[in-house]
Amino acid sequence: MSTLLEVSGVSVTFDGFKAINNLSFSIGHAELRAIIGPNGAGKTTFMDIVTGKTRPDEGRIVWGGKSRSLLNMSEARIACEGIGRKFQKPTVFEDQSVQENLLMALKKDRGPLAVLFYRPQAADLERVRALAEEIGLADQLYRKSGELSHGEKQWLEIGMLLAQEPRLLLVDEPAAGMTSSEREHTTALLIEAAKTRAVVVVEHDMEFIRRLNCRVTVLHEGAVLAEGSLDHVTRNQDVIDVYLGR
Amino acid sequence: MSFAARNPSVLIFLSVLALFTLLVTVMSEAIGTGLVSTSFVKILGKTLCLALVAVAMDLVWGYTGILSLGHFAFFGLGGYMIGMWLMYERTHEIAAAALAEGPIPPTEAEITAAIGNQIFGVVGSSDFPPVWAFADSLTLQLALVVMAPGLLALIFGWLAFRSRVTGVYLSILTQAMTLALALYLFQNDSGLRGNNGLSGLQNLPGVDAPQSHVSLWFFWASALALGVGYVFAAWLVGGKFGSVMRGIRDNEARVRFLGYSVESYKLVVFTLTAMIAGIAGALYYPQAGIINPAEIAPIASIYLAVWVAIGGRGRLYGAVIGAVFVSLVSSWFTGGQAPDVPLGFYTVKWVDWWLVVLGLSFVLVTLFAPRGIGGLFDLVTERQPPERHGANLGPDAGSLREKEASQ
Repeated sequence: MSTLLEVSGVSVTFDGFKAINNLSFSIGHAELRAIIGPNGAGKTTFMDIVTGKTRPDEGRIVWGGKSRSLLNMSEARIACEGIGRKFQKPTVFEDQSVQENLLMALKKDRGPLAVLFYRPQAADLERVRALAEEIGLADQLYRKSGELSHGEKQWLEIGMLLAQEPRLLLVDEPAAGMTSSEREHTTALLIEAAKTRAVVVVEHDMEFIRRLNCRVTVLHEGAVLAEGSLDHVTRNQDVIDVYLGR
Repeated sequence: MSFAARNPSVLIFLSVLALFTLLVTVMSEAIGTGLVSTSFVKILGKTLCLALVAVAMDLVWGYTGILSLGHFAFFGLGGYMIGMWLMYERTHEIAAAALAEGPIPPTEAEITAAIGNQIFGVVGSSDFPPVWAFADSLTLQLALVVMAPGLLALIFGWLAFRSRVTGVYLSILTQAMTLALALYLFQNDSGLRGNNGLSGLQNLPGVDAPQSHVSLWFFWASALALGVGYVFAAWLVGGKFGSVMRGIRDNEARVRFLGYSVESYKLVVFTLTAMIAGIAGALYYPQAGIINPAEIAPIASIYLAVWVAIGGRGRLYGAVIGAVFVSLVSSWFTGGQAPDVPLGFYTVKWVDWWLVVLGLSFVLVTLFAPRGIGGLFDLVTERQPPERHGANLGPDAGSLREKEASQ
């Protein structure tokens, strides 16, 4: 399988603390991957590095078929290159309707001038409606997203990510605070999304990861501890020691 | 849906503005009953200009979340730009007329020297500084009304936003900018007559009409500018650009990860609103008659923020209401018209105490009515925030609540 994103030998230090230590990671074009690890293992920092929020001290990040480096791109540029990110807390624009949120995320020219004169076409509205259908918010299009429940906000955010049509999705704890039926819906969304693109899920909940049924990368102290199927890594003695055995 | 249907408040606003303009016109001294004095027409016209700069402030602060405390610098700059032409042309007329009395017709160089002497005599000079290069061209000075504030905003904004200066630090920087500009203009050799400023701006060169008419023209122009500015602002915030603006205000990082270059958007909004402020200033100062560097002192920009906060930020009519209400009340209290309140042991003189009242109401509004005066309209239109009372049903914050579960 060809590689979409390859992170090699990346290190980051915050005030003397090595948050990421010589980390290497790669993912293919249509792959679902879960990342687990104890608190402080560097999961969120890893996402910050890939999305350009944090600049690594050393290492390489190579992206896409043309093997371009992400290191000198701004966050906005990286997002336009096709890396979408979902935060731990649902961050939708609460003051705006579901439709406005999705329209903003829709893959279009992001330049100020193009946006200034943009008026939604019938095709765009249709696409938004289809997305809302997919995330189960079709009858809530005109509601302010601040009025949605926690789970609905999570889906809306996933919907916004899908609207961006990214080639790589980074999802931080999507199941946090969800009811069990909401979790099932989220699982289905992620598995469906991973058929056409790469999806990286950071999650604490083992049951949720089991349902995703994918390769798992275990992070510990900023480096990869183990990688393989869930059963494989849960049998790994190191993993048991630092994470599962606690 | 049409633009008007999506923005019912725009139609209402334009109707009120048109009605107000008509009312003042028929009551004016120039062509009406004379119930409204010329000086009051000027006050009302100036108030409309303040409302326009408040709309600009609302765009940059209320919608984009950039608390700029320097927009009055752009306002003043716009005033200076039109003031230069007004003063030059007016002095040109006078100088040419005076020299024509002489036995020999004056040369162009003699006239220019006379104008320079007349304008810059107060600062001990008679040469035209380079900034006056275009003062004889109305077209160029009108272009500078938007270009000069726009360019300053572009350079300042580019430096500030590129370094990701936000929040209180940006506010302080904008204060520093307006203070620096004011201090520079206070200098006699700044080329803009130092602390004397530009004066006699109420006289339109080449126009013989009395002030009662001129004031009414400026009043109409101010109303037109406010109307156009308001519609433009409503159009701006009503579309996807407005979505991005509000997104930046609510969660800048999220907008960035959606792929929007937050810095460019901030720069566009900052520059655009600076230009609007410049236009408002260019209409204001001919009605005031004089502009000097004290006008762009840091406190002026803070007042602007207070108007928008009291009126209700994040809604355009709120900014207008705030600017109109506070500046009119302000001029009533400080104009000596408000009766003193004798308390026996102390007499409350409003001229001294008005600032205290204003400051206190700013604090109270911010604390207890963050939606400002404009928030009162929500009571009518029931634009209420969602009611999410009831205890959490689940163990996690934000899980289903009582009311939703029963639906």
